[in-house]
Order: sequence, then structure tokens, then C-alpha cells
Amino acid sequence: MKSRVYPFYFASGALLLYLLFSVLPSLMGFYYAFTDWNSYSSEVNFVGLQNFRLIFASGVGQNYMHFVRNTIIFTVATILLKTVFALALAVLLTSGIHRLAYVHRVVMYLPAVLPMLVVSLVFKSILNPASGLLNEFLRSIGLGFMAQRWLVDVTWAMPSVIGVDTWRGVGYIMVIMIAGLQAIPKEYYEAAAIDGASAFSSFRRITLPLMMPVLTVTTVLNLLYGLRVFDIVFVLTNGGPGRATDTVYTAIFDEFSKGRYGVATTLSTLLFLIMISLGYFVIRMMHRESEE
Amino acid sequence: MAIRRMQSIINHLLALAVSLIMFIPVYLVFVNALKTRAEAAAMSAAFPTVLMWENFATVIERGKLVTAFGNSVLYAVSATVIGTTAAALAAYVLSRNRTRFNRFIYFFIIMGIAMPTNFVTLMKVMQMTRLLNTQLGIILLYAAASIPFSVFLIYAFIGTLPRELDEAAIIDGCSPLRLFFSVIYPLLTPVLVTAGVLNLLGIWNEFLLPLYYLNSSAYWPMTLAVYNFFGQFQADWSLVSANIVLTILPVIIVYLFAQRFILSGMTAGSVKG
Repeated sequence: MKSRVYPFYFASGALLLYLLFSVLPSLMGFYYAFTDWNSYSSEVNFVGLQNFRLIFASGVGQNYMHFVRNTIIFTVATILLKTVFALALAVLLTSGIHRLAYVHRVVMYLPAVLPMLVVSLVFKSILNPASGLLNEFLRSIGLGFMAQRWLVDVTWAMPSVIGVDTWRGVGYIMVIMIAGLQAIPKEYYEAAAIDGASAFSSFRRITLPLMMPVLTVTTVLNLLYGLRVFDIVFVLTNGGPGRATDTVYTAIFDEFSKGRYGVATTLSTLLFLIMISLGYFVIRMMHRESEE
Repeated sequence: MAIRRMQSIINHLLALAVSLIMFIPVYLVFVNALKTRAEAAAMSAAFPTVLMWENFATVIERGKLVTAFGNSVLYAVSATVIGTTAAALAAYVLSRNRTRFNRFIYFFIIMGIAMPTNFVTLMKVMQMTRLLNTQLGIILLYAAASIPFSVFLIYAFIGTLPRELDEAAIIDGCSPLRLFFSVIYPLLTPVLVTAGVLNLLGIWNEFLLPLYYLNSSAYWPMTLAVYNFFGQFQADWSLVSANIVLTILPVIIVYLFAQRFILSGMTAGSVKG
């Protein structure tokens, strides 16, 4: 009866698109990861674990583990920075100020709706060592010694990329946290105030524990984003200077554009395995929460 | 009392400072788009001395932006309509008829939210289906990419619609298709707007899929036109800025009109779980 009222073919359009353009390429990756597929020859030969060995050997010149390390640094740093800043801003906009709070929220979320390409291009000019706005500003307030060669310096490139990404993503995380904060009943704070609790201790004893589920969600979102980070790095530094900011995804693209499809696919497939296992745990976790 | 006043002033100043920092890049492209080439060289925050409105005409002509704008609208609108409708249909049957199999399919689809794109093998799929370098191809890719998140959003919303509606319609002799399109679809308007706007903006802003799967410049969307324009006129920030302004102006307008829907969509799944 039910399947007559809700026929399964209704789902076929979505399923077909999803299978063809997302699932199929990922599954094909498992096959091509074991081949020497490349742009120079039309033959595709089975080469066993050669691509995997190349990636994990991390030997001379081919430091693939370096990209993994960069990706992890980027992910951990952006999770921490976005969480701390977003939580601080969310508290500021929900209890610190009342007038104009909504306007501030709309402005702070704005970077998240702008094209990543545009954000990256504009920051390329802002972070220009000679004429960029940031260094100009630092010099004009007498902090010229803090001016750096941001994106073109090996030590500063990664922190700069992390900074720009935090700037772009913090508003998005903040909006989620504001929704979380607004769901906490005001009575808790009133009761705490009557008992003489300080602002800090009511933050520690009420806000933080009750925000835990929201913080978990935002961490997961940041994690899924961070591991797959690509376009911001691609436009800001294209992995440079040298390979200082190369991440897993930019390395995949590098191999791809060099025509070494086999290696690119192997990296993609490894990333796929990691993301899918994470995704599985996340879905199970969220699912359990919604059942309760 | 005085301390509380001080605190409130400090809070306002703090919020203002952060908002300014968030707004600077947008401000920068708007003022520099109106400067002369020499003035815009440093992308400074100063106002232009002469207003170069002709920058826009120049960039529209040289960047072939009329075609690019048309392409962006075509891709964003058709992929959003196809993707959101397909997702709504799927979310509807999967949510209403929760068999073991359907639950599995639901989780299988929303796994796509975490799944990274394998650009290399996707290229192969595009070749096999003869969709490489076609507008239909890029539309279908965007529609497919939007499905997991849309299904996730719409599925949760359908759970809140009473089943009695369906039963009444069935008793009145509605076919399944008619039940969906005349009874359910109109009720989905809020969530469809949210999913639609998010997809629309996401597709408008994206540039990687066209970069890899569209070779002919006649098919390029606005973002790719900017990317290419930047490559050609890197030294000329006034023209690059003008190009950026024309790309983000529609985004900002849609955002301001639809921010309630966007902000609710972003928080939907995440807070309620």
C-alpha cells in the first residue's frame, strides 16, 4: 500500500544523478589507483601497489606526507581559531549587545556567501608585501616591524592562508553557535546571577556544557571542510612558495595537471576512504542524537 | 552603573571593529572598481579622485561578461531547479515510507555530504557520457553535487508535515504524482527556498568544475571569467575589481533579500541534530 502511494521511482532522479556523478567516479578510483593511467599513453596497465608505495615512501623529492602534514595543520588550526572566535562573537552578539546585533550578524556572515575565488584574489592584494593594505596599515600605525612577506614567505604562507580561511569561515560557524546560544533557557543565567555567579563562571558552568552538542557539530563541519580544503589554497598560493602550503587536494590537482592520473586517483581514493569513514561516524552520531 | 555603561560601549566598539574587518574586502573592490588604473594599483582604501564608471563598460566588453552572465544564470537556475526538485521527490518518498531499504538509501545519499570529488575519474565519466565541454554536462554536475545536502534539509522538513494530508488526498482519488505536486510541493516552499537559495549561491560562486570540464570560453560562467581576466590583466586592479563587483553584486543582493532563509538553512540540521 505504502509503496503504491510513495513509489520508489520518485527517488530515481536524485539517485541516478548521485550514482553517476559522485559514487561512480569514487568507485572507479579504486580501480585506477592500481594502474599507471596517465596522459602520455593510451594504455592503462595494472601496477599493483606502486602508487601507494610512492605516496607512503615519502622519499626523495616526492614528499607526499608533507601534504598530509600541511592538511592536518590547516585543519587543526582552522578548527581551533574558528571555534574560539565564533564562540566569542556569538556570545558578544547574543548577550553583549542588543541594538544592531542582527546587522552585525548579517555583515559577519557576508564573507561566507562570497565566491572563494573573489575572497582569495582580494586577499592576494591585501597581503601583497610591498603595496598591500595590511602592511601599509601596520607601517602607518608604527608597527612596520610586524609587516611580513605574508603569502610569499615560506614560514608565513601557511599562517596567512589559515588567517584568510578563518576570516571567511568564522561568520558561518558563529551563526550556528548563535542559534545554539539562543536555545539555552534564560532562566539558567538568571538563577546563576541570583546565586551570585560571575559572568565567567556562568559561561563555564552553563554556556559551555550546554553548547557541547553545537560545538561538536561545528567541529565536524570544520573538519570535513579542512581535510578537503582546496580552492582557497589554489588561488592564494597554488601550494607555494615552493610546496609550503600544498595540501592533499592541491597535490591531487598538481598530479592531475601533470597528467599522472594514476597517482592523482590514488590520493583521491585515500582521501575518499578517510572522509567516508568520518562521514559514517558523524551520521551515526547525529542520528543517535535525533532519536533521543 | 557606570561600569555597565562602559562595558556596553566596549562591546559595541568590538562588534563594530569585527564587522569592519569583515566588510573591508567588499569595500575595497567597490572603491577600486571606480579608480583609474594607476590609482588602483595598490588596492588602497582611499576614495577615487575621479569616478571611472567606464571601467564597467570596458570590463563587460573585454571580459565578454554578457555571455558569462547569461551562462552563470543558466547554470545556477537550471541546476538548482533540477537538483532541488529531484531531491524533494527523493526526500519525500524516503521520509514517508521508512522501510529498512529506504532508510539505507537515505543514509547512502547523505553520505555524499562528506564525499570528496574525484576530479580525475569524473573526467572519465564525463567523456564516457559525452558530457565533457557541454553546458548540459555542467548543469547535471552541479545538480548532482547539490543533492545530498538538499535531501538532508528537505527530509527533515517533510517529517514535520502531517500524514493526514496525504491520506485525505488519497481518499479523494489523488494519484501519487498529483498528491506530491499539488499538496506536498506547495507546503515545502520554505525549505525549498532555503535549499534553492543555498544551491543558487553555491553554484554561482563555484569555478572549479567549469575550469576543468568546460574548455570553450563561450561556456564560461562569471567566476571563470574573473579568474581568466585576472590572469590577463593582473596589473590592472581597477578592471579586475570592476569584474569582481559585477560578479558579487547579484550574490550580495540575493543574500540581503534572502538572509533569513540562508541563516535558517545553515542552522537547521546542525542545531536540532
